Parts: sequence; C-alpha cells; structure tokens
Amino acid sequence: MFEHIAERFGSIFDRLRHGTKLSEDNIRDGLQEVRKALLEADVNVQVVRDFIAKVEAKAVGQQILQGVAPGQQVVQIVHDELITLMGEADATIPYAKHGPTVILMAGLQGSGKTTTCAKVARLLIEQGKRPLLVAADLQRPAAIEQLKVLGAQVGAPVFHEPGCKAPELCARGLARAELDNRDVVILDTAGRLHVDDALMTEVAEIHSRTKPHQTWLVLDAMTGQDAVVSAKAFNDRLPLDGVVVTKLDGDARGGAIVSMRAVTGKPIKFVGVGEKMDGLQPFFPDRYARRILGMGDILSFVEKAQGAVDEKQAKHIEERILKNKFDLADFQAQLQTITKMGSLKDLLGLIPGIGAKFSAVNIDETIFKKYQVIIGSMTKHERSRPDLIEMSRRRRIAMGSGTTTNDVSALLKHFDAMKKVMGKFGDIQEMAKKLPDQPELTPEQLANPGAFMPDPNALFRKPVDKDALKRYRQERKKKAKLKKANKR
Amino acid sequence: MFKAIGRLFTRVKEGLAKTRARIGGALRTLIGAGRAIDRQFLQQLEDTLLAADIGVAKTDEILAELKRSYRDGEVAKGEDLLAFLKKTLRDELAAEGSDLQRAASGPTVVLVVGVNGAGKTTTIAKLAKRLTGEGRTVLIGAGDTYRAAAIEQLAIWAERAGVELVKSHQGADAAAVAYDAVAAAEARGCDYVLIDTAGRLHNKEHLMRELEKLRRVIQKRIPSAPHETLLVLDGTAGQNAVQQAKVFKEAMGVTGLVVTKLDGTAKGGAAITVRRELGLPVKFIGVGEGMDDLQPFDPDAFIAAIFGDQE
Repeated sequence: MFEHIAERFGSIFDRLRHGTKLSEDNIRDGLQEVRKALLEADVNVQVVRDFIAKVEAKAVGQQILQGVAPGQQVVQIVHDELITLMGEADATIPYAKHGPTVILMAGLQGSGKTTTCAKVARLLIEQGKRPLLVAADLQRPAAIEQLKVLGAQVGAPVFHEPGCKAPELCARGLARAELDNRDVVILDTAGRLHVDDALMTEVAEIHSRTKPHQTWLVLDAMTGQDAVVSAKAFNDRLPLDGVVVTKLDGDARGGAIVSMRAVTGKPIKFVGVGEKMDGLQPFFPDRYARRILGMGDILSFVEKAQGAVDEKQAKHIEERILKNKFDLADFQAQLQTITKMGSLKDLLGLIPGIGAKFSAVNIDETIFKKYQVIIGSMTKHERSRPDLIEMSRRRRIAMGSGTTTNDVSALLKHFDAMKKVMGKFGDIQEMAKKLPDQPELTPEQLANPGAFMPDPNALFRKPVDKDALKRYRQERKKKAKLKKANKR
Repeated sequence: MFKAIGRLFTRVKEGLAKTRARIGGALRTLIGAGRAIDRQFLQQLEDTLLAADIGVAKTDEILAELKRSYRDGEVAKGEDLLAFLKKTLRDELAAEGSDLQRAASGPTVVLVVGVNGAGKTTTIAKLAKRLTGEGRTVLIGAGDTYRAAAIEQLAIWAERAGVELVKSHQGADAAAVAYDAVAAAEARGCDYVLIDTAGRLHNKEHLMRELEKLRRVIQKRIPSAPHETLLVLDGTAGQNAVQQAKVFKEAMGVTGLVVTKLDGTAKGGAAITVRRELGLPVKFIGVGEGMDDLQPFDPDAFIAAIFGDQE
C-alpha cells in the first residue's frame, strides 16, 4: 500500500516548534515531498506545479498550532486545496424537457465505455427511466455483441442497424427511442485516439447529428501524464459535460482525476468500480484527496466490508457471541468473510494511520486458509463442542486436513483465547443495560460530551470496601509480630 | 525483404510520430544552438521526462547523472544532451532478445495477461498474424471466458488471421479452455499456442489466484509451459504500471512486456520504469488497430523515434 504522506513529513517538520511561522524556507522540503507524491500518483506535471505554488501561498505565514504536529497541519492544507482543485461533485443528469435525453460516451480504446454505458443504463432503470442503448462502436470486433449481452443483463434494449455509418446509426437510434417512448438514449461509440483525425471527425459528426444533452469522456484511472493531452483534445472537438473515471477498484492513485478538473474544467460525474453492473458510484472528492495522499480511506474499507459481509449471517454470529455460544462453525464462517474481503494488508492500508505502520509487517494470511481447512475436517459435533477434541481426534483431523496435530492444537488454543475475550462482550452488554437512558442529545451536550457522559471507568470500579484498609493494617501487624517471635 | 524492413521502420516511426512531435519538440528547444545547461534548462528537461511517464525516481537519476557529466565536462552545451540521453536510456533498454522463447519440443505456449482494457485480445490477434506470417502454425485459446463477447471478438480476429481457435462459452472454466487449447495444439503439431485471459486488476487476489490455477492446469499437459508469459501494458498508463508488472510477475512469472497504444501521444515511459525496477524486457509494441500494427521492440528505433533522431 501507499505511504502516508504525513510520515514522509515527519522528520522534515518535526524540528519546527509550536508558534513558529511557516515560511518558504521551512516548508520547502515538505512541499518537495508533496510534489513527488502527486507526480507518483500521475497528476499532471503542470498541474502539480500550479498546485504547489498555491499551497505554498496558503501555508506561508501560518503559525504552527499548539497540539498539532506541524506536518499534519501542512497535510491539512494540501488536502483541502486538493478538494478545492477537484471541485464540487456533480452526479446529476439534467434531463431534457421534451423527448429523450441523449448521453454520448467517448474515450480512448479500452477505457471502459461499453461497460460504463451498461452500468449507466442500469442506474437509470433503477431510477425509473427507460433507457435505450445504441451500439455505435463499429471498429472493435464484437463490440456490438458485448453491448447486447450487457444490455440484456441490465434489462435495457440495444439498438443496432448493420450497414450504416456511426453518425447515421446514432441518429436512427434516436428516432427509434422516440418511437418506442424511451426517455434516455445512451450512445456507445468506438474507442479512438485523440490524434486519429478521421475518427475524431466521426465522433464530432455524431455529436452534431444527435445533439447530446450530456457528453461524457470515459477515462481509465490508471492513465498517466497523457490523460491531460487526450482529455484536452476530446474537449476541443466535443463540448464535454463531464468525465467518468473507470477501474477505480484498482490500486492506482488516480492522479488523472485531479488533473481533469484543472485542465477541462469539467466535473467527474461517476466513478466505475468493478466489472459488475452495479459498480457505478458518485464521485467523492474528499475520498480521492485522501487516496492520492495515501491517507487511507476508511469509507472504502467500510464499503469493502459491507460487500463481503452477509448481513443476516453477521446478525446470527453476533447473537451467538452474546449468548456465549460462538463455536468453530461460526469461526469458520467469519474466516471466510475475512478472506472474501481480500488481502489483509490491503485492508489495513485503507485504515487511516495504520496502513503505513503495517506496510513492513508481513502478515501470514495463509493461517486463515489453514484454519478453514482444519475446521473443514471436523465433524459437526466437534465444531460445536471443541472441548471434545482430544488427541486421537486431533490426529484424525490433522490427517484429514493435511496438517499436523500441532496446527490443530494451535487453532483450538487460538479459538479458546478468542472465546474468553468474547465472553467479555456479553458482560459489556449487561453493563450497557445499566447505563441511564439518553434518548436524544442536545447540541449543548454534544459540544461538551464530558459533562454529561457517565464516567466509563465507574462501570469497572469495584464497590469501595471501607474496612479493607483496616483489615490490611491488622494483617501487617500480625505478620510483624510473628516475625519477631520467630527471631527469638 | 529490404523493402519490408523499410516499411516496418516507417510504421514504427509513423506510429510514434506524434510522440516525437511532443517529446522531440520539447527537446529540440532544449537542444537549441549553444544553449547553456542552467537551472532553467534542467527544469525544462525534468518536466519533459516526467511528462513522458518516466517517473520521479528515474528522472531524478537522469538529472543527477547529467549534472555529474556536466561537471566532468562530458556534457557542455544543450546540443550534447541528445547523445547523453540516448546513451543513458539505451543502456536502460538494452535489448536482451525480444524474440519469443521456443519450447524444446512440442508447441510453444504463450500466455497473455494484463489488466482490463490493456489490449490483450487485439495483441493476441496481431501476434498470431505475425507468427503465421513467419510460416509458423498457430492456435489460439479463448481463455477470456468472463467479459461479454470476448470470445466472439477473438473469433473474428482468429478468422482474419486465418488461425484456429479453441473456445468454449462465456462463463466456462478458463483453465479448462487453456488446457484444451494446449492439448489441441499438441495433437495438431502447432508451433505456437497463444492463450488469451480475462483482464483483471492486479489487486484482486482471487482473480490472480485463478490465473495461477490456469498456469498450473496448463503445466499438467506440458510441464515446461508457459514458455512465455506476456504482460500487456497500456502505453498510456502511468506509474501504476510498475505495480501491475510487479504483482503479475510475482504471481505468474511474467517473461516480457507488450506495450500497446503507442500510436497516440503517450510515450510509454512507464515501460522504462518497469524495465528498470523489474528487469522485464519489452518484446513488442502496439502501434495501431490493424493486424500488422505489432512491432518487435527495437530500443534504437524506439529512442530514435522518441527523440526525433533522423539518422
């Protein structure tokens, strides 16, 4: 995973004392690191230069605040400026008042236009629209076939007429939509290089013939410095209304996103995550600012977890834990959930402040697999009663799972320790019941939570035994006497 | 024969012409008559290299090297820059044979992997055309059983290239298709079997594991296979290309790169970084959508085209 930029800042800013003013001199090295991070994230060179100048102007003269690490303070400025640069998110689609709304998708080869078209269609259907997909990619073999398959998947009809050129085809698609009472038309065009004059003219012709209400550039999140060149070229030939950034489920930092707004002035409309048809999301500038700076992305973590966890199963396991009935079968289900979420290291990387600390630690993820296999070799009865598993059962389980009895014992020990901790959860819930009810908090209370919150330590405090001290003193006296007697 | 080579060279040059116009143009102002190597000069050079996706680390390295050469008097003026850059980068890209490995006996298995939309299917088609042009018999395995219509796309390409295709249906087990393709190639005595795979982002653990399985299954038929595992890199990709190459190399033992889409304005500089950090040679470059638009990687032609050398 990526390094948290604040950690690179550590040594650079640590020597600054509180109350010092940030100056060109003392932030130079820090800004150099920001520049490097942005360039490594594929933000355009020129955009980086302007950005650094802006951050410098903002930072110089600021005083280092008490209680805030100076590095953190600069990171905050960088973070905020990045969000400003990316501009407001805008996932709206302004629909036409009369007739179908036309959306034109354009972009380079392999950026993900066809998939995006189908995803948009799905989103619109969810919103109660009746979209029509037009397969106008006449360049790539089987592109029409692909759109037809995806269209069927999302439940949107696909229009295509063999034998005519792309602009004519799009115009006919539009006519068909009006005939069939379709309210949105999505035009899937061929991927083209911005230097390919013939194809650029073709897409401009499609635009002039269909007069789209929205024209979107589909951009691969992994694109490097060239993103700016191609986006500019597309923007010159087509009046773009927005950008859809695809493949953001990869681990590219997606610096091109930052450059897009600076260069075209057009908002990011949606981002594509994943090959499934529901993988289209609105764009959140703050999340991407954090991603680019390697600051972790707790929201993505939560989403990942949500994708992997089966709500019903989670509820079930929670109940089992609270009733202290959690057994090896539940443990196995949990392990499966964790493995489904992907590499643990990547997951940790998403948690702010943790990723960098664990980047050097090698987490042995094979153990999860091993545990699952071992549990798989147990009988149902053994899973619910792990205490029954004595040596001969351990031997059989080890044989069955291709492990050793030591592995089986390690799992059982691990499970036992876990169970002890879980037992405490039940207790905590008991304690929570004893807390006074707080139906709703007033703003005053929220502003000063310390004043009304019951002291959490009180829950664990033992009732004060006033006689304890007395007893202790008596005990001590007795001991002293005994000692004296022994000496004699 | 000579004509063919000449045409090939022109094609690379044509394909990279825009590239040349950009980087060459920028460089030419740097190289301009008698220009001194000063702070502004270095800044401009830095921007040019970064804009080519060469990456911060490599750019810093080149600049440091340039400063050293300047102090040593090897480089004095702007016009020396070109020779210097060519020397530095050519060392980096030094050819170690862009030829495909051959199996000692039986068909040579070439596995083609990469992220979504990099151009794997098109590259396979071009490669098949190229190999049949050299008089080899080729068979293609349609291992992308995930993407809608990927099989149809490959079927059209295979027909155009005039080679046989082993395929199944969408959603079929890719490893099984790969196995069948290898078995069919063996039975028919084909020289090459090219196996397409579904595009996958390298950070998707389960998809990478699926790819490892595909390799293991092929090895059941031919233990020495795959003889080549080519990673297709999008020429427009930025620094993430390094991460892609790293993960694919670890999982699949990638043996070479194919850099596609170099007929645009992208310079494919990320390939230089990949080469530098992972030692993976570039075997071919893609310079267009036609069947013939796959060229063996020639570092000299590549650098010459990038820097606008007319020799």
